[in-house]
This record gives sequence, structure tokens and C-alpha cells, in this order.
Amino acid sequence: MTTVAAEPRQQAAGIERGLAGRLLDRIGGGVVQVFLVLVAVFWLVPTLGLLVVSMRDDTANNSSGWWTFFTKPAQITFENYSNLLTSGFTSSFWNTILITVPATLLIIFIAAMAAYAFAWIEFPGRDTVFLLVIALLVVPIQIALIPIAKLYGTFGIFGSIVSVVLFHVAFGLPFAIFLLRNFFVGIPRELLEAARMDGAPEWRIFATVVFPLAKPAVASLGIFQFLWVWNDLLVALVFADTQNQPMTKALQSQMRQFGTNVDILAPGAFLSLIIPLVLFFAFQRYFVQGLLAGSVK
Amino acid sequence: MTERKGPRARLGPSPTLAVLFLLPALLLLGVWMVYPVIYSIFRSLYDATGERFVGLGNYGSIFTDSATLTTIRNNIIWVVVAPLVVTVLGLIFAVLTERIRWATAFKLVLFMPMAVSLLAAGVIFRLVYEQDPDKGVANAVLTTVHDTFSAGQGYPGARPRENDQSPAVAQQDGTVTVRQPARPGQAVLIPLVGLPPDSVKDAPPATAVAPADGVAADAIGGTVWLDVVRGGGGTVNQVDPQEKGLAGITVEAVSDGQVKATTETAADGTFHLTGLPAGSYTVRLPQSNFAAPFNGLTWLGPTLITPAIIGAYIWVWAGFAMVLIAAGLSAVPRDALEAARIDGATEWQVFRRITVPLLAPVLLVVFVTMVINVLKVFDLVFIIAPGSVQPQANVIALEMWRVSFGGGNNQGMGSALAIFLLVLVVPFMIFNIRRFRRDER
Repeated sequence: MTTVAAEPRQQAAGIERGLAGRLLDRIGGGVVQVFLVLVAVFWLVPTLGLLVVSMRDDTANNSSGWWTFFTKPAQITFENYSNLLTSGFTSSFWNTILITVPATLLIIFIAAMAAYAFAWIEFPGRDTVFLLVIALLVVPIQIALIPIAKLYGTFGIFGSIVSVVLFHVAFGLPFAIFLLRNFFVGIPRELLEAARMDGAPEWRIFATVVFPLAKPAVASLGIFQFLWVWNDLLVALVFADTQNQPMTKALQSQMRQFGTNVDILAPGAFLSLIIPLVLFFAFQRYFVQGLLAGSVK
Repeated sequence: MTERKGPRARLGPSPTLAVLFLLPALLLLGVWMVYPVIYSIFRSLYDATGERFVGLGNYGSIFTDSATLTTIRNNIIWVVVAPLVVTVLGLIFAVLTERIRWATAFKLVLFMPMAVSLLAAGVIFRLVYEQDPDKGVANAVLTTVHDTFSAGQGYPGARPRENDQSPAVAQQDGTVTVRQPARPGQAVLIPLVGLPPDSVKDAPPATAVAPADGVAADAIGGTVWLDVVRGGGGTVNQVDPQEKGLAGITVEAVSDGQVKATTETAADGTFHLTGLPAGSYTVRLPQSNFAAPFNGLTWLGPTLITPAIIGAYIWVWAGFAMVLIAAGLSAVPRDALEAARIDGATEWQVFRRITVPLLAPVLLVVFVTMVINVLKVFDLVFIIAPGSVQPQANVIALEMWRVSFGGGNNQGMGSALAIFLLVLVVPFMIFNIRRFRRDER
């Protein structure tokens, strides 16, 4: 009897809590909104600072903070950019492209072939070899700097663009194979077997059945590797000589005089990040998918 | 192996074909990754020239040399702080963005630094951390907040004239006192110099406080002003109409070494120390009036450099953690959360007892990914730490580069550091392999 009597009271309490809770939610929701706006501002301000600094001349940058442009927009100038583009910096821009594009394409192609073998061709020791690939996922780049520098010296390609590209391809492979193989095993077996029944050669199944189906995974991998290689500093620092250096290394060599050459560093840094940023916004869906597929590097 | 796999493998191509598909990848992995590991192990046992065998000597110096010990200490700080902060922030942001309509925009903003090179991020934060509050936004914010909450602005450099006629005298400890002791009912003049007239050009003119007009019997009145006329002229030690009052200066009345009354000057430089019993008082301006203004923190100095760089690292990676955790969150069954809420659980209880345990696997993956990443941190330290503080900010990955390519010229030591780094990530190799094996089942 007591339990029966207790029930409506509990319900009433529930409704009361609901009202109070909703009120709390409303207030809490406001607090959350304000907090997240602040966080977003916090995250945007540093990059905005770089952009504004890159568009003010030296005198302005030395005499006042970049935020004064909100009240005095007249200080904005493109002079730094035009100076930069007429200097030697453009060649490093081309070097970045000459390194990044081939490296990305090679990684996709080579990794796709290997991933196909791991996913769809039976061979002895397959699992062991694949576990080795997974083990290589976390190997630090540092381990290869000295031995590969020596090797490149022996073959006379030290300092060249090819040497940088090959290094990136090799170190990009474990992640690329891992990502693509995991995608390939998800392709319905029937599709492959149908093609095999028809007597299609294996390379044609790879090129016409599996590879086209894997477009989303290839896109993820592509955007990932593109950003990875484009943004690299360490590999270029060791292997690229001055005439073959990408933007990151060219800018790094300017860091020593940070105080006095912000008019080179700021626009240079902004130019180096604008293409990745555009690609990132265009392909962010694939980028996130890539992250989710293999977040272990 | 065809027998083992049963009839399905019948259609499969011959294993030799696999070799063709795998050849380019295995060649690259073998030459660029496996061979270097073996080579580095051997190279690390030799000295800088590569000719003299030193056994484990290089490894010994890693743990005895004070420079490398600093790098290890820094790496420990990094590993303890950065992954935890990144994961916790990612979790908070992921949970909170579920409650806003502009979640996509928020996620893009936080995620954006992932697309930016660490070099660019380094340049960005070098600008943020500039010492001068008129250049670096971090110190600009700090000084603004500081000045809002601490009363009055200082007048660094202001001082009395150094001659016997001046009514005020600068003391050894930086305070300024009035030469003649004052009694309640009197007014004192405290003329100061040493400030550029332009610095107070917007202040109202100073007003002299005369005993006749309104210094109460229990009060000492007076004026603190800049006894300098712009462009010259004026009478020394007298308040001239063009001269400016100094506002916000703390004034104390001292008797027997004890402060009996304290006040601040008004906009025209006048003050009234009230509530004083009869007697003789020394009027004093404490040193804090003349202290240099707060100029923010030395972010890029030896003490704060590692926390400052970790701050930049968090800026880069928090979005990554948030996106991964948000994806995990979207897989959490809504029913479970709703059921708990209907049962009267508070939001905190829901978060603590249901959301976090269900997210544990994702949180672990994010955390481990960050630890691996932090162990190899290089670019940010290299770019953000100015050359002079790089020894204090140094980490293993940077030291490895420095010692083998950046002037150190000791590839034996460099190889040892590289192997050391590899050994540090081996546990995570095993973690990854285990995780993969479990997922495959």
C-alpha cells in the first residue's frame, strides 16, 4: 500500500525536477554557449594575428599591436606579399609542390597495391608481414635520418627532391597500407569473386573493381599525406639542399632573425598554410574519416 | 595454404602474384625503415668518427650528460602534461558541442590547426608570445586584465627634484617623503619631475590645496603634480596653471613608523588624508607609485618556455582529440543516457557514470596517440624556442637532430638517441598490434 501511495509523489517530484532542470538547462545552455564562443575566439585569434601581421609594414608592426587594425584598417598593405613573391621564396613554393604531389600519388599507388595483396591475395606469412607493417606505424623518423643520409650520399642523390620524396613515401606507407587494407577487406567478397570467375586478371580487378570502390578511402589517404608532406620540416631540413628546399625549410632559415624579419616570416608562413587550409576545408569530411580509420601515428 | 583456407581460396590468385603487388612497398619499407633500425643499432655503439667502438658508452652519456638529462626531463613533462590536457579538453569540447547548434562551425575552427604546418604554428605562437605587450597578444591580454584589477597606474621615473629647495625628497627605498613634517590642517606640495609632459597631457590641470579653503582640522591636504611646463616656463615648486596633476597616486601619513592614513590623489592631483589626531606626520608616497608597470610574462624565457610550447601544442591537437571523441560519442546509445536522465540522474552523473565509461576505449586511443606524438615532438620546440633558450626547452627528438646534423656532428650519439626514442615507442607498437588483433577477431 505504501508503495502505491509513494508512486504519485515520486512522479510529482519528477515533474518538479523537470521544471527546475529545464530552467537550469536554459541557464547552463547559455553558459555553454558563451564558453564555447570564448574557446573558438581563443583558437582563431593566433591565426588571425599572423594574417594581420603579414599585411602590415615593418613600422606598423614595430610600433603597435596587430589588433589596432580593427580601429585603423588603413594600415593593411600587400607590400610584404609582393616583396616576398618577387624574392627567391617562390622557388621554395614550387619545390614544396614538386615534393608533395609526387609523394602523395606514389604513396597512394604503392600502398593500394600492397593493401590489395594483404586484403585479397592469400600468401604464406601474410598476417606476420601485416603485423610488421602495423609495428612500423609508430617508428620515429629520427631512426632513419643518419642511415638514409649515408645511403643517399653513396648513391649521390643527397639534397635532391627525389631523395625527399622517397623518404616521405617510405614513411607514409605503413599508415597508408593500414588504412587502405582495412577499407579493402570491407569490400564484398562477391564482387571480387564474380570478377575472378569471369577470368579477369588480378591487376585488372585491382584497377577496375577495388580501386574505384575505394575512392573515399583513397581521398582520405590523399588529403592526409598531402598535408603530412606539405607541412613537413624535419625531412626537408636534413635531406633537401638550399636550391631544392620547400617553404618550411626556407622559412626556418629565417627564424634566427625573428625580430627583424617578421615581414618575410609572417606572409611566408601564411602562404605556406593557405593551400593546406583550402584543401582541408574542401575535403574535411575525408580527413576526419582518415583520422577515424587509423589514429595511430 | 589452400587446403587450410578451404574452397573459398580456390578462386584466389597464386601467392607469387602477391609478391608483385607487395614488392614496391616492401622494398621501400625494408630500405627506408627496417635497414635504418639495424644500422642505427650498430652505429650507436661507435663514437663520433664511427671508427672507435665504444659499446654502450653513448647510451651512458645520454643518462649522465646534463644537456641530455634536461631533454629527458622535458620529455617527461611533455608526456605527463600534454596528452592528458589534450584528451580532457577534447572530451569537454566534444560533450559540450552536442548542446549547441553551431557545432560544425566550432569543430572546424578547433580542427583547423591540424591543417597548418607546425612551422607555421610555431611562427604564429612566436608572435603570440612576444614579450612587448604592444606586439604579443598573450601579454596584451595579461596586462589588460592585470591593469583592470589592480588599482591605479604607476608613474615609473617620477621623482622629486634633487636640491635643497624641493619640498619632497626621494628616499633610499624608493619612497618619496615630504621634507617638512605636516600637522593636520596644513597643506603640502609634492612637485615631481622625471616624466615626459606628453605622458600626462590629457590630465586636468593641477590644483593647489590652500589651508584657507577647506583642509579639515583633522586632515592633511596637498597636491602631487608634475612640476614641469610643456615648452618651458613656470615657477619651480609652485602649481602653475599649465601644470598637470598626477592622478591615482597613493599617499600615506606616517607617524612613529606607522601608517595612520592612506588615500589616493584625485584627477587634479589633490589629496586629503583625513581622520588624523593632532600631531606631526610625515607625508609619504610609497614606492609602488613609481614601480614599472606590469609588462606581462616572459613566455619565451628559460622558465616558461616548455609550458608555453605545450600551450601551442594543445592549440594544434585539441581539435583532433575532440573530433575523435565526438565520433565515439555519437556511437554512445542515446537510450542509455535518456534512461538515466529520466531516473533523475544529474548531467554530471550521466557524464561521469555513463558517458565517460562508454567512451573509455576512444579516450585511450586518443591518449596513446598523443603520447606517441609527444615523444617525437620536434618542430614546435625547434621553432618557438629562441636559440638562446633552446638548451632549456630541448627534447630528445630535437637533440637527436642537433647532435647529428645541427652542428653536433656526433652521429654515434645521434644514433643512440634515435634508438632510445624507438625503445620509448615500443610499448605503443605492442599496444597497436594487440588492439589490431583484438579488432580482427
